Amino acid sequence: MSVFTLKVNGRTHSVDVDPATPLLYVLSDDLDLRGPKFGCGLSQCGACTVNIKGQAVRSCVTTVGSLDGSEITTLEGLGSPERPHPLQQAFIDEQAMQCGFCVNGVIMTAKALVDRTPNPTDAQIRQAMATVLCRCGANQRMFQAIRRYAQANAAGRTA
Amino acid sequence: MISPSTRRDFLKQSGALIVSFSAASVASDLGFVTSAAAQGINGNPGTGLDSWLAIAADGRVTAYTGKCELGHGLFTAQTQLIAEELSVPLDRVTLIQCDTALSPDQGTTSGAQSHPANFNNANLALAGATAREALVRLASTRLGVPVDQLSTKDGIVSAPSDPSKRVSYADLVGGKTFDLRLDPNAKRKPPSTWTVLGTSVKRLDIPALATGRFEFVHNVRVPGMLHGRVVRPPAVGANLISVDESSVRGMPGLVKVVVKKNFVGVVAEKPWQAVQAAARLKAAWSPGTALPPQRTFYDHMRRSPSRDALTVNSGDVDAKLAAAARVVRSTYLYPYQMHASIGTACAVADVQGEKVTVWSASQAVHPLRATMAMMLGIPPAGVRIVFRMGAGCYGVNGADTVSYDAALMAQAVGKPVRVQLGRQDEMAWENYGLAFVIDQRVALDADGTITAWDYEGWSPSRGGRPGANAPGNVVTGFLAGFPPQAVTPRTPAPPPQGGFENGSNTAPSYVTGCVGPECGGCGVVKSERVLNRTVDSPFFTGPLRSPARLQNTFAHECFMDEIAASVKADPIEYRQRHLRDPRLRNVLAAAAKAAGWDARPSPRAGVRRTGVVTGRGVSCVLYEGDNGYCANVTEVEVNQDTGVIAVKRCVVAMDSGPISNPDGIRNQVEGGTLQGIGRALQEEVTWSADRVTSVDWRSYRPIYLGAEIPRIESVLINQSSGAAMGAGETAITVAAAAIGNAFFDATGVRLREVPFTPERVKAALQRR
Repeated sequence: MSVFTLKVNGRTHSVDVDPATPLLYVLSDDLDLRGPKFGCGLSQCGACTVNIKGQAVRSCVTTVGSLDGSEITTLEGLGSPERPHPLQQAFIDEQAMQCGFCVNGVIMTAKALVDRTPNPTDAQIRQAMATVLCRCGANQRMFQAIRRYAQANAAGRTA
Repeated sequence: MISPSTRRDFLKQSGALIVSFSAASVASDLGFVTSAAAQGINGNPGTGLDSWLAIAADGRVTAYTGKCELGHGLFTAQTQLIAEELSVPLDRVTLIQCDTALSPDQGTTSGAQSHPANFNNANLALAGATAREALVRLASTRLGVPVDQLSTKDGIVSAPSDPSKRVSYADLVGGKTFDLRLDPNAKRKPPSTWTVLGTSVKRLDIPALATGRFEFVHNVRVPGMLHGRVVRPPAVGANLISVDESSVRGMPGLVKVVVKKNFVGVVAEKPWQAVQAAARLKAAWSPGTALPPQRTFYDHMRRSPSRDALTVNSGDVDAKLAAAARVVRSTYLYPYQMHASIGTACAVADVQGEKVTVWSASQAVHPLRATMAMMLGIPPAGVRIVFRMGAGCYGVNGADTVSYDAALMAQAVGKPVRVQLGRQDEMAWENYGLAFVIDQRVALDADGTITAWDYEGWSPSRGGRPGANAPGNVVTGFLAGFPPQAVTPRTPAPPPQGGFENGSNTAPSYVTGCVGPECGGCGVVKSERVLNRTVDSPFFTGPLRSPARLQNTFAHECFMDEIAASVKADPIEYRQRHLRDPRLRNVLAAAAKAAGWDARPSPRAGVRRTGVVTGRGVSCVLYEGDNGYCANVTEVEVNQDTGVIAVKRCVVAMDSGPISNPDGIRNQVEGGTLQGIGRALQEEVTWSADRVTSVDWRSYRPIYLGAEIPRIESVLINQSSGAAMGAGETAITVAAAAIGNAFFDATGVRLREVPFTPERVKAALQRR
């Protein structure tokens, strides 16, 4: 066991865990965050995705010991039901989910994409989503929500 | 987050008391053959109004339902229903769903039965109507105004002619009981007057889901909670010989190794510790049973002893076939597929002697209460099952089995235990959707009209939903020593009786469906024989979205297309010629019109044999024989060099009675269709000599978000004068056949085995 200091959603936490513990377990169980989800533990579905340094990172295969102290952002770090982030609002407006279990991975992957590629083409969205999985088949709406956010975001940048 | 411990306590807080409760026995759902009624899907919820509704002193309405949200929008639609029937704003309604201590026993949320159960003149809808009429009667007495001169709005009864005559629901009954039974004559509001129901109210849960605040069962935390991890056998049929506890002794956080017959689990203080201990634990297992080879599994099914059932048998099919101008015959094959939820199953259980609380994503909280008591060897009276949503389940995924896992471990350690399955633990052992072999023959007359239809289908079964008394129907119950529901061979089948029952869509839409004097089929073919043979399955099976109905509809609708092609008829015109049900005819016509259907026989003229070709196909169904009409026109592009089928456009027409939430149905049509495409093109359970080998997202192939997907267009037919029907499993039922038929239109080649993988497509094209 070792003590690690994690910056998550603007707050600093100390946890005493085995360095080999995947970040997902610390976020879910030590910090009680509900955004990142265990889907496969194999980096095959994206449900556990968080953002670190602008990248979509799969927390189920990222050990706590490998982190460099950078700020970690989870789904609840973007916004709240009362004040959703514009990307979350786009998913609400488009009703872009069914069970909603995968939506953490979809939104956090899309956030990282649009942060580095402000107005992505459909091909770029597809590439970013190549290994993100939704089993309910809300794909059409999720794409629409991402496009809606990206376009508004790009318009805002040029305005 | 701990819920109030009893319904009585809860109702004291919400301001009313309850009346009726039932502990109905709920039969097991094998996923085929029997109707919703025969399966007891809808439980026995009772008719005391106070068990459905309470109005608090502040006027808030609490409604109780035994049909729960599974990601299909039912929570929101039921809230709309209560707001509408009671004339209160949506935000004044609190819906309590699926808690054995609080909500009516409505059996299982499955089989697309929730819309018919709660949105027609019974149960939740009737509770709303009964309460509203009761409130108006009370107001009439209080205000001295005749009932027919009063109206309701925003939780107030008033006389439109005299603004001074008004009284709120809170003033009438707030905090008190109704002490009434549901009134079967209570008048629902007519759909033409709806302002909340029937509109695209946005899902009430989506803001919390989109922002990570939503509490899934995975997020349930109770004080002192430990974490369990299961250790499943390495092979199908392997028995536990011994467990070497010294292999994990001293591991950090380890609390206990739990063994019960073939059930093995480890409990630790933290989840990652449990994962590591489970991986390290040394256990000796006997060799597994030899599995029938996958390559010849369909033949294995044909050779197995079977339990036979006839849906219809007019008695003259052989004679008609012998006398036919021509006979068309074909065999269709469908593999085992899995629910493969995006999140592995999870549950939290607290077992303190005979007092048990389990937070579970089971679709069947009341039945689970009974089998949970069996698993733990205690009376059911102290067992409470509280529903919390899991990842989309689409049928009996791991939700029930993991509830047993958590409870067994909690019982062993005397503390609350949370268990989430590993990906492989879930995929290797879940209750798979049914494989099928389907042989069909039709007799044609000289005009090319069908005069007889013969169906013989084989499907495997082992276990299923645990129901009220069979915990061994899922893997944990089986490992702990309970037998799965077995197939008892029975040949020949007894004659069909008790009316036409097509809950599994074993009979095609084109037959008359006559059993005794009643004819319940959608079609005109009078000579009909439909024989289903259930055989033993090497794997657990269970209902997977549109169980048996999807597989049968694939076979029926592709075969119908073959027949139409054999007589050079347009596929839609040929279907219409053999249909008499006006609503099925109507969805076919509506889909054709919206898609701009190109009326002509298939395949299209001048099919090229290389490169990319395009085609269109159609299929239709009356889901479960009585529960939702659907037609799908699909356009595909086939790359004949790579064998890849790209589905480009699906136009799906639906008629499920009065629409409760148009956008909710559209979401179901889109999701169901896309899931249907994935199952048609990619998904198949695979196995080796002794174990399942499709155990993750590399070996079981899903449609990722990066894939190109078709434009899916919904054509919603709002049949406001009809009964509310199912809408969640209808669109998926017709997807595979529409693709297969479009492929034939494009290439002139018939695909008769799902999934239509590139390898299989190329092989079929080479045989051309």
